[in-house]
Amino acid sequence: MGNKQTIFTAQQLDSYQDCTYFTRKEILRLFDRYRDLAPQLVPLDYTCQPDVKLPYELIGSMPELKDNPFRQRIAEVFSDDGEGNMTLDDFLDMFSVLSEMAPRDLKAYYAFKIYDFNNDDFLCKSDLEKTLNKLTRNELTEDEVRMVCEKVIDESDLDNDGRLSLEDFQTMIVRAPDFLSTFHIRI
Amino acid sequence: MPPKRKNHSAIRVEEVGMEVDAVSDSGSEDEARRRAQNRRAKPQRKAKKVSEDDEDDEDEAPRKKGRRKKTKPQDSDEGDEEDKRSVKRKTSRKKAKEESDEESEEDKKKRRKQGTAGSKKDQEEQNKEKGNVKGKQGKDKGGEKDKKKKNGKISSSSSSSSSSSGSDEESLSEGEMEALKEQVEEKKKLIATLRNKPWRMKRRLVLLKEAQEFVEKFEGALGKGKGRKLYAYKVMMAKKLIKFKRDFENFKTACIPWEQKIKEVESHFGSSVASYFIFLRWMYGLNMVLFGLMFGLVVLPEIIMGLPYGSIPRKTVPREEQETAMDFSVLNDFGGYIKYSFLFYGYFNNNRRIGLLQFRLPLSYLLVGVGIFGYSLMVVIRTMARNANEGGDGAEEGEFTFSWKMFTSWDYLIGNPETADNKYASITTSFKESILDEQENQKDENIHLRRFLRVLANFLIMCSLGGSGYLIYFVVKRSQDFAKMEKENLSWLEKNEVEFVMSLLGLVCPPLFETIAELEDYHPRIALKWQLGRIFALFLGNLYTFLFALFDEVNEKLETEKSIKNATDWAFEQYYTNYSSHYNTTDVPPPNVHPADVLRGPCWEDAVGIGFVKLIVSDMQVTYLTILIGDFARAVIVRFLNYCWCWDLEAGFPSYGEFDISGNVLGLIFNQGMIWMGAFYAPGLVGLNVLRLLSSMYYQCWAVMCCNVPHERVFKASRSNNFYMGLLLLVLFLSLLPVVYTIMTVSPSFDCGPFSGQGKMYDVIMETIEQDLPPFLANIFTYATNPGLILPAVLLMVLAIYYLNAVSKGYQNANLDLKKKMKMARDEEKNRRNNKDSTNEVMKDLEDLLPNKSLIPPPVEEEPPPDVIVDKGAKSPKIKPGAAARGVNLQKDVSLAAPNPRAPVTRAPGPRRGPPGNARSPQPGPGRGRGRGRGGHPSR
Repeated sequence: MGNKQTIFTAQQLDSYQDCTYFTRKEILRLFDRYRDLAPQLVPLDYTCQPDVKLPYELIGSMPELKDNPFRQRIAEVFSDDGEGNMTLDDFLDMFSVLSEMAPRDLKAYYAFKIYDFNNDDFLCKSDLEKTLNKLTRNELTEDEVRMVCEKVIDESDLDNDGRLSLEDFQTMIVRAPDFLSTFHIRI
Repeated sequence: MPPKRKNHSAIRVEEVGMEVDAVSDSGSEDEARRRAQNRRAKPQRKAKKVSEDDEDDEDEAPRKKGRRKKTKPQDSDEGDEEDKRSVKRKTSRKKAKEESDEESEEDKKKRRKQGTAGSKKDQEEQNKEKGNVKGKQGKDKGGEKDKKKKNGKISSSSSSSSSSSGSDEESLSEGEMEALKEQVEEKKKLIATLRNKPWRMKRRLVLLKEAQEFVEKFEGALGKGKGRKLYAYKVMMAKKLIKFKRDFENFKTACIPWEQKIKEVESHFGSSVASYFIFLRWMYGLNMVLFGLMFGLVVLPEIIMGLPYGSIPRKTVPREEQETAMDFSVLNDFGGYIKYSFLFYGYFNNNRRIGLLQFRLPLSYLLVGVGIFGYSLMVVIRTMARNANEGGDGAEEGEFTFSWKMFTSWDYLIGNPETADNKYASITTSFKESILDEQENQKDENIHLRRFLRVLANFLIMCSLGGSGYLIYFVVKRSQDFAKMEKENLSWLEKNEVEFVMSLLGLVCPPLFETIAELEDYHPRIALKWQLGRIFALFLGNLYTFLFALFDEVNEKLETEKSIKNATDWAFEQYYTNYSSHYNTTDVPPPNVHPADVLRGPCWEDAVGIGFVKLIVSDMQVTYLTILIGDFARAVIVRFLNYCWCWDLEAGFPSYGEFDISGNVLGLIFNQGMIWMGAFYAPGLVGLNVLRLLSSMYYQCWAVMCCNVPHERVFKASRSNNFYMGLLLLVLFLSLLPVVYTIMTVSPSFDCGPFSGQGKMYDVIMETIEQDLPPFLANIFTYATNPGLILPAVLLMVLAIYYLNAVSKGYQNANLDLKKKMKMARDEEKNRRNNKDSTNEVMKDLEDLLPNKSLIPPPVEEEPPPDVIVDKGAKSPKIKPGAAARGVNLQKDVSLAAPNPRAPVTRAPGPRRGPPGNARSPQPGPGRGRGRGRGGHPSR
């Protein structure tokens, strides 16, 4: 794979492998995916760490994310600038967390961030409402939405402050049977 | 981010040993702000008990401050990464910026102060505060030195210490050594767990680099004196091992096939359908290993080193079958040449050792036959254990219904608009359902009618189960009669009746059950469970009836075999007596008969093997045909006839098929069960199965992508795929039974297979033990197999099981207790809150009854709201001093900056900037259990 070797130095690949859950083949594949989004922007040589960012419009149009109601949040959470524009590092980071190998706690942490629409470190009612409306495409009536949100808070809010903190969220999510299998994007 | 990168380079340069001061000062203002935020975030994070390493990092930061006496607040990448990580925690950038000036000022002052004080003392004190028990005391110099490397903190001021440390390196004292070692270990741990940290990649990369460099630099220095070489060697080996492991990982992932195919299916159908294919792939891997064992240790040695075809009777087609041995119809029934090939048990010779290597084939055959089970058991159980860890620990049903629905129902794998639409619809429906359930928990219905219908349904299903069992038994019996008749007189149907009937039952019964299950009117999830259980019972019943019928056949064959054996023995005897009396010699050459003409027994093992092979093949055919007709033909008809039909075929009656996950998985499991059972009698079966799995992977992938539509509603049968694994384990166990039974009790055929001539198959092992092992080992084995020893062992195991069971029950109870307590505490608090809002009637009554002072003191109740307000208020960029003032509590002040007299503060502190000690110390507010110290400003 002489051609591919020149994209990263061996050392870079090693560090990426240490920092993500990917093997080198997957890292290279991810790089290809990243580059395919905008071949004219992304150089084929990453040994000198070029400063390249892909705008959210490109990231969000990936088939993996295209149909995801939370795609914008995902991109925002994982991007350095919080607006969905991603460097390769961010990109790797995102798929590393969403990979099969990532542990539950890490996934839960990022899931929390994704559902935390207003970045205030808590899932409050407005976050829940947004989540629910995205999940159901606004098909529930307002009453129903309110009721579901209340139920959610009622179920999971352990410290009774009317919103879900990270701990609340984690205690709830680690018991969910489907969380690992659904919070996962294969590359 | 150009400035940052500049810093990077600075780090690197400096770590090489040069001192570049000027460069690293870049963007100081900017970074100071970040660091300030970083510090603010610290205590809070601690309260949130992030990982240990994290704490460690935090711990370092203040120490550094002590060291850095007069630096400008130029900061590390670590700091700025950390702050990015705590983005969410921070209120907003703007506000932070406002604060930054003030913060940095404070910092400077603080540092000046602390610098004059003995830095060591300070550090220790801080250590204690942080509750860090990592034993970092008493290694001032070493620690400092490390830290510099570790953090890449490259402050120009600390360069003085670095220069001194350079000279110290030669003479490390014992304590320093220990400390250093610890640090190195820590760094190694960090490297290993780095990927688990929710940090930005850039930060991780930097940390990784630093850690690696640190380890690189100091690992070598650790060995001392005599141990040095050994240590260096160990380190080198460890490195090699890590590298090897990585390469192996890389290799392993490169070997995992069908990743793209599965991804395609996943994005089209979501995780549930894909789970079948993942299971299929897993099965393929398992079978590949079994195949490797079987062929590598049994079949290949026999082919290479054993006698060639035609040399002995068991490897030759008998004379009377020879004309038809190559006919397709015969081969199709696995007769003729196929029957006398290495695919079946009978082909193997009973020579104890064969070839150059003196390979013990019979022993190997037996061990592999049992080893296949052993390996499968191990793999299945390991997978189950791993799944159990991954799968949720399963809170009680209904505890988190809505939360789970909200946060885990979206399938992130979906990448197909149609599937997404379905998913949206199904999520909406499920929410509506839950809401309905919640609103009217009990629907009043005619419970008697329903009960009656359920009983009726179960009765019907029992009937059909019994009927199918009897049918199979009947058919197998009849096939034995057919087998005695002339082959030519039988039709194809009569010859393949057993397989045909079994496949047909497998095809017809599940839909029948489903129809009957309509009567029961269960919730779909429960109904699916019942359905699975019934299909499982059906398959199992069929398989075991088949087995029992087969055993009858085996017994019959054993009878005929006995007579044939007697006949041959008698013939031999005759021959010998004749020969010796004729030539008057005792040295009798073996009779010169062509191997094809030798009289031979029926070889029941071959018959069993053929039975299984036929079953597998017909099962495969039926499955593939069903897919072709049920899915493909249906899809074609629906698609193309739709143009000229009275109603909408696509939306209306036939529509497209859905992928039947549970049925397919069960089919796969039972297929595997048959493989396990049959592999002992037909070594070629494993190879056949590998082919089957391979083809079905491609075939089913194609079928599902081209003719199926995504499910409208998916109800997973279980919480995790351990349900299917459990079924697999059960099937494995059930298929183990008959095989072990035959190995231990039924006597093998006298003239075919590797165990011919033995009383029992098991005797091969005894023979090996007696003849090839040293006597004392043989003795040990004899003792070990003594019933006197086995019985106590069994007893012991039973006791152990009993004990463990009791223990687990105890834990369960404790768990329940704790849960109850938690719930009570929650309810209590809730009540109290509600009480405040005057919504809880009972509490209100109580309140009225009680005298005033016994009430919970109001201030406690008052506290949460300002709490929240501060939080919320902090979100707005401008914070009023008033908010902070309100947040101030009578908190004991233990922060770093405690001794410093401060300039009057004009700005509010960050929302979560409690002094670090507070996170752990008990809160003054008695009613509040939350560990959020609202420290306020220490200087007041």
